[in-house]
Amino acid sequence: MDKSLKIGLFIPCYVNAVYPEVGIATYKLLKYFGLNIDYPMNQTCCGQPMANAGFEDKGLATIKKFGEIFKDYDYVVGPSASCVAFVKENHPQILAAHGHACQTEGKIYDVCEFLHDIVKPDNLPGEFPHKVSVHNSCHGVRELNLSSASELNIPMYSKIKDLLSLKKGIEIEEPERVDECCGFGGMFAVEEEAVSCAMGRDKLQNHMNTGAEYITGADSSCLMHMQGIARRDKLPVKFIHAVEILASGL
Amino acid sequence: MNKNHVTAAEAFLSNKEGAQWHNETLWGTRVKRDNLAKGIPEWEELRELASKIKMHSITHLDHYLLQFAEAAEKNGATVHWAKDDTEHNDIVLEILRKNNAEKVVKSKSMLTEECHLDDFLIENGIDVIESDLGERILQLLKQPPSHIVMPAIHLKRQIIGELFEEKLNTEKGNSDPTYLTGCMRENLRKEFLSAKVAMTGANFGVAETGDIVVCTNEGNADMGTSQADIHIVSMGIEKVIPNRESLGVFTRLLARSATGQPITSYTSHYCKPRKGGELHIILVDNGRSDILGNKDHLQTLKCIRCGACMNTCPVYRRSGGYSYSYFIPGPIGINLGMLNAPQVYYTNLPACTLCFSCNNVCPVKIDLGNQIYKWRQGLDAIGKANPAKKVLSGGMSFLFNHPGLFHSALKMAPIVNKIPRSLKYNKFNEWGIGRELPEFAPESFTSWWKKNVKR
Repeated sequence: MDKSLKIGLFIPCYVNAVYPEVGIATYKLLKYFGLNIDYPMNQTCCGQPMANAGFEDKGLATIKKFGEIFKDYDYVVGPSASCVAFVKENHPQILAAHGHACQTEGKIYDVCEFLHDIVKPDNLPGEFPHKVSVHNSCHGVRELNLSSASELNIPMYSKIKDLLSLKKGIEIEEPERVDECCGFGGMFAVEEEAVSCAMGRDKLQNHMNTGAEYITGADSSCLMHMQGIARRDKLPVKFIHAVEILASGL
Repeated sequence: MNKNHVTAAEAFLSNKEGAQWHNETLWGTRVKRDNLAKGIPEWEELRELASKIKMHSITHLDHYLLQFAEAAEKNGATVHWAKDDTEHNDIVLEILRKNNAEKVVKSKSMLTEECHLDDFLIENGIDVIESDLGERILQLLKQPPSHIVMPAIHLKRQIIGELFEEKLNTEKGNSDPTYLTGCMRENLRKEFLSAKVAMTGANFGVAETGDIVVCTNEGNADMGTSQADIHIVSMGIEKVIPNRESLGVFTRLLARSATGQPITSYTSHYCKPRKGGELHIILVDNGRSDILGNKDHLQTLKCIRCGACMNTCPVYRRSGGYSYSYFIPGPIGINLGMLNAPQVYYTNLPACTLCFSCNNVCPVKIDLGNQIYKWRQGLDAIGKANPAKKVLSGGMSFLFNHPGLFHSALKMAPIVNKIPRSLKYNKFNEWGIGRELPEFAPESFTSWWKKNVKR
């Protein structure tokens, strides 16, 4: 890709506060490829938490601001498939309903998607000599097409597995029920607490049955939910965002 | 919190073993469906075609319904039009009375469930016999279906064994499925033989030829209609399709999507009354034509009631059909309930993580998850928004619209990690009931960027 193109780094609110290392890994990785990266400091959130709970209207100002902040970049790249999917799939119609045009829908990418489709690396330095189980998150799979959805009769692929396999020493597994929801779902996690935890425990078990040391994926929100359960149940499995694996050793 | 689906789901999950069995059994059906779908190279094209044919049909109902009625009458059927459930039920009762029938043998029909027909007929002194095995079990238990295709999926065979001991006088302690099915078969045989009137639903109505198409596995629909002189069909107006060519698209999709079978054991075409008998077809609206004017939710009329969205739904599998307050559960039921009475059925809306798996299995490509998202946006306007979620969303909105405040909050956040456990984990912290809270990082990404990158 043209390395002079300007990339605006989108660091979702909870990544900023809870998983800064995921943002740092994203930056380091893009920097490694010699790309022109900027982080607009006045960004906050994409508006998804309010909208999925049924309050698009309360998210509207945030959504408008998001477009303003990122409108002059050639690409917007963020390490969270769900947040990126919300911008890509929902911002346009929410803004259109209020007579505004979406300024980011055609140029926003999840970082894994961006690396796979735009940067297209054929090798990565460093090694990651561990067994990982890939968490195929719902919005990553069914909205951003990061991998072939298990329900569809289409050729199988996985952009995350393709990228991870560039890392020396890595062993990549996937759980049974390869892209079943982990039960996070934003406010679903607290409103439907019992179902959410039951789903999370089932999902964790499927991941752990692979014998993996780490659970990895493109969405820290799913990982956060499963990590909460793993810590409560004192399970030995570890969690790491895919981009942290890709950037390890940089 | 809307405690309706939420508390019912909690109760369902408190029986751990039963809940796990329910989840695994329905997941098994999803797997069977996947295997068959993947055996057909043109599967995704078929879904697209089915979606288009249905969309075309429901948006040309004025044409196809009249064409269907004309063709059916030419075949010798009598066509009735019912604007709602009351009219439908009255028409059925009138036909029964006219023929001095004291009993009706029914095969499975979600439409008669929707119209509460059984209760209505029983109140009017008619003996109603459900003849689908699952439906018959539920009728004896006085329970509604918990799934639209596998109505008694929530019941283990031991319960059915005990029920049959009491009602059918079967051997004590014998819950062998083949034995129990045989006993019910014998028991129902005499009902079939003595019924003057049989009722069925309709999976499809073919406009060009006037055929009613009924897909079943047990042959009970055919047992009823082959013996009784009078056949009454209840058919929703959205079930009409243009012709037999288009029917082929749906019969390839229906059983594969529903139960993971290539085709149902019986796909019966009812074209005309038997010799000396009568065939009555009741075309029922009951709110369907109102949906035609609702562009956000029009697609629900494409539904062919296969139940695939239930089998794949991670919430349905772990909360059971009875956790929903509408008689059709799962993703399609959440939507149909809202179309029926939003003030009553809004409590089903939380039962979705927006995982969108339902969209992908739906053989007619209804945007089920997207519609649930849209319904949630309208809750505040009808005064049914969850107050806690509203306050939380308002608070987040304020925070996210004030970047200065947001960045101060980011800096302060790690203090939360130091709050004593007993204060953090209390009854107001739903997250913390079954999970540990995430820890805030000592330094946010923004602070790191300021220190290390931005000069």
